Amino acid sequence: MATGAREAAQVRGKWLVSGPPILYLLVFFAAPTLIMAAASLRTPGEFGGLAPLVDEAGKLDLNFDSFARFFTEPVYLEVFVKSVIFATATTVLCLLIAYPLASVIATSPKRVRSLLLLLVILPFWSNFLIRIYAWMIILGPNAALARGVNGMLAWFGAGPVPLLFSSFAVLVCLVYVHLPFMVLPLYANLEKHDPALLDAAQDLGAHAWQRFWRITFPLSLPGVYAGAALVFIPALGIFAIPDLLGGPNDTLIGNLIKQQFLETRDWPFGSVLSIVLTVAALALAGLAAWFGQRATRARALVDA
Amino acid sequence: MQKPGPRSRQGFLIQLRVANEGLRRAMPLLELRQVTRRFGDFTAVDHVDLAIDAGEFFTLLGPSGCGKTTLLRMIAGFEQPDEGQVLLDGVDLADSPPEARPVRTVFQSYALFPHMSVEGNVAFPLQMAKTPAREIPKRVAEALEDVRLTGFGRRYPHELSGGQRQRVAIARALVTHPTMLLLDEPLAALDAKLREEMQIELINLQKQAGITFVYVTHDQTEALALSHRIAVMNRGNVEQVDEPSKVYRFPKSRFVADFIGQCNLFSGTVAARDGGIVSIAVDALGTVRVATPSTIAPGTRASIALRPEQIRIGASQGDTASDNRFRGTVSDLLYMGDVTVYRVRTDGGAEVEALLANSQTGRAKFFEPGDAVEMDWPAAAGHFIED
Repeated sequence: MATGAREAAQVRGKWLVSGPPILYLLVFFAAPTLIMAAASLRTPGEFGGLAPLVDEAGKLDLNFDSFARFFTEPVYLEVFVKSVIFATATTVLCLLIAYPLASVIATSPKRVRSLLLLLVILPFWSNFLIRIYAWMIILGPNAALARGVNGMLAWFGAGPVPLLFSSFAVLVCLVYVHLPFMVLPLYANLEKHDPALLDAAQDLGAHAWQRFWRITFPLSLPGVYAGAALVFIPALGIFAIPDLLGGPNDTLIGNLIKQQFLETRDWPFGSVLSIVLTVAALALAGLAAWFGQRATRARALVDA
Repeated sequence: MQKPGPRSRQGFLIQLRVANEGLRRAMPLLELRQVTRRFGDFTAVDHVDLAIDAGEFFTLLGPSGCGKTTLLRMIAGFEQPDEGQVLLDGVDLADSPPEARPVRTVFQSYALFPHMSVEGNVAFPLQMAKTPAREIPKRVAEALEDVRLTGFGRRYPHELSGGQRQRVAIARALVTHPTMLLLDEPLAALDAKLREEMQIELINLQKQAGITFVYVTHDQTEALALSHRIAVMNRGNVEQVDEPSKVYRFPKSRFVADFIGQCNLFSGTVAARDGGIVSIAVDALGTVRVATPSTIAPGTRASIALRPEQIRIGASQGDTASDNRFRGTVSDLLYMGDVTVYRVRTDGGAEVEALLANSQTGRAKFFEPGDAVEMDWPAAAGHFIED
């Protein structure tokens, strides 16, 4: 029948369109994740890499030794917690800086708006590493900034502090690198707000702060969550910034993973760290979404 | 007509109002004095004077761009007049922002808060006014009852129909018992049937609450049906302020006559004036007589506004005396069910619209295109307008 043939053609067309991206995800995302999960259960090889799956005695060599190592040696958990703290601080600072920025862009005249958006994404045009090196120069001991700060500290009788190779440098650069990822979703959200709602709120007796807190902010929560996820997840696993700008105490979980694969060549433990990172990111994102939903529901009840 | 109690929370203005208690009966609730607002080169509102009394249903009527919404936004406080004053109970509002004014607006888009339930929306102005939390549920329930939405409190705006949203917006605006309610084309988004229902509801609400309504619309039938008084606006000016029947029957200008209802506008030169009857020579039609107290001099240009329903139209009425009688041919007709509008081309070539109720049983309508007819009307039927 003609309709049957048309339906078949439709199904074929659907697969033709969605097939390649699905295949891409399977080959380059699902498969590596499975390989990593399998590697986490194996024994490290004598000269790096993995020991044979089946040992000399003919026994299958799968174990939880690497997982046990992560959870029993406190230094790894410490690094992990430190990473969460850095990522959280980055997210909060990005939000505090991006929110006013995004609302200024969203409320500016249409002509200016695209220019401002262009400026927000302009840093992407230069290489990520080059931008980090730029921060090394800005924060370097001979740069005007460090001299100014230390000059001022000396004036108050405090000793000079290094700006570069410190947690401060790591945080500044983390915020700098991730800021556009917070600005863009927030802007996309705020730009859609109906200005009549703020007129109505004002007409009903709300002053500026109440208008923001009761109308604008709750309506922008989807943008806040999207931005927070886009900042928090990459910030949690980053290694280049602490590598280049951090001090010896600023090792984060990303650095640890890189170290395990490239220097120590302990693939199973590197895999364990990666899995912990992935699971933690997923869990925290899920938790945030759950809290967000509960918060809006609770607010609806309070309003009632 | 005012509810005591909650009002007193509205602060400064109210104290002034109480102080002026003795004066208030003598003066209008809202007074606009020479109010002007310009946007660049464009004058949206041009030296407008208006006085609106307490308890009135007052309508600002005019085509889009006539300045009615700008005027409303100046009363609400969203726009500041470039010149002139807005006085509420004799107090100049220049320094009070919208949130401090005891007036509330119902917006054309309703502007309900999408993240709050119906109850949340209605409670909002009470929370802003720092109403004790214990009182809020009771007040919200009362307001929802007033607009017949009891039981809808837990719903969200996106779960409501257009008419229900409209009522939530009204409940939200009325819950704090404002002095005045400003409505900006509140029925424009509703379909015809619902609009009619809401009109009746608005009239009842206004009567019940005893609150002054200032209503903005471009729909003249709506204005005629709802208002105690109408201000007809055109290009930033108020052309006429009057009761609906007066605005309709005795328009002060050609614009008002033309904008409100259907109207035949005859322009010509005054030929003679004789004991309260002015004869005007109208091109293509002939001499039209109209009753007016005007003492206009012959030779001056003038107009006559004549409503289509004032014209008697018949096949042939013989030679009975009449002030105005013209013969013509039906060129077009508009059958509307209850009435039919006939467009008649007179022998001189003028187009006249006459309206006839389809009241005679057994016949759907009286004339067909091409029929020869005779029209006549007394001098008192037309309305004289000085150009």
